[in-house]
Amino acid sequence: MRNTMLKSALALAASVLIAGAASALAASTEADFKSAYAAAEAANQEAASLRNQWTTTAATLADAKKAAETGDFDAAVALSKEAEALARASTYQATSEKEAWKALEIR
Amino acid sequence: MNVRSATQLASAALALAALSFGAMRFAAAADTPDPVADARAFQKFFTDKFPKVKLDDFVNGPYSMNEDMRRQWEEKEQFPPYDFSLDLGKEMFSKPFRNGKSYADCFPNQGIGIRQNYPTFDEKEGKVVTLELALNRCREANGEAPFSYVKDEMAALTAYMAFTSRGKPFDIKISGDPRALEAYQNGKRYFYTRRGQLNFSCATCHVQNPGERIRAEVLAPALGILNAMPIYRSEWGGMGTTSRRFTTCNSQIRGVPLEPQSEEYRDLEYYLSYVSNGLPISGPGARP
Repeated sequence: MRNTMLKSALALAASVLIAGAASALAASTEADFKSAYAAAEAANQEAASLRNQWTTTAATLADAKKAAETGDFDAAVALSKEAEALARASTYQATSEKEAWKALEIR
Repeated sequence: MNVRSATQLASAALALAALSFGAMRFAAAADTPDPVADARAFQKFFTDKFPKVKLDDFVNGPYSMNEDMRRQWEEKEQFPPYDFSLDLGKEMFSKPFRNGKSYADCFPNQGIGIRQNYPTFDEKEGKVVTLELALNRCREANGEAPFSYVKDEMAALTAYMAFTSRGKPFDIKISGDPRALEAYQNGKRYFYTRRGQLNFSCATCHVQNPGERIRAEVLAPALGILNAMPIYRSEWGGMGTTSRRFTTCNSQIRGVPLEPQSEEYRDLEYYLSYVSNGLPISGPGARP
């Protein structure tokens, strides 16, 4: 009885592990890319409204699109997320510089 | 509460109010732009930092900071690389438009020896007008298509106009119009604001590090940096306008450049030219 319980527990643990690994390795879909890309573009538009876009954001967005065109949605999603992070950093920069620039001024 | 403590309380409240009012006035005064004081402090910063460089020599950019480069430049000036552009600019300037008028009709003193007065503040429009912008407006007003702000034709025209002003000190005016002061302040803010993925402001290179190398280049001081415009840059293999300089600076620090002659760039040019008031026009220039 004790042996059977142990076997069941091991089987359960193994199946949980396998399921977890499978979901982690699951390939990204086109829909995942579209959603990640839209989020990155929206963040970059926010930077544009502050007149402070970065060239690297645009380049990373272009790379994401290229990866999606070749069907590599894992890379496309990862690049979209990177572009979103860059866009958010440029927005943060523009916002913090609204006051921070004064520290550099020659007086 | 007796009369005495009421009086004390009222006096304390009054004193507090007076203090806060004073502090508010001080803060307002500290925030009010003072271009004259700015220009004085700006020029003093550079002359203190580089005591061996004469004030007028700052217009020679990296050559005022580096002896070897200066010698090479002086030799190069025997046959300056901007000469072709200068000749082209002179020819273009004197050639009438299709309607018979010419650039001379658009500018005071027929456009000769006036570069040191640009940018100017147009009170009608309420905005800064640079020489490049004025040239394109002149073309359009006479039925001609505007030139690209970053290409050879505009550089040639401004090279010729700068040449006719060589030696004349920058004389940028900030009129009593509060919008002129606002434009000046916006230009100053742009100059000191960090941007791009490299998190550089214009001041990072041209205030904090002039004379230092960034890769193979020696950085020019911000003081007098526009006096030499437009410039022939060996790196570009050709001439470049102020617009070209601003947009390439932005992309070099991984920022998306604004459109040439956008309000921000016009204000930046206004600020940078104003703080170099008194320094001679040396354009067209040559840079590595």
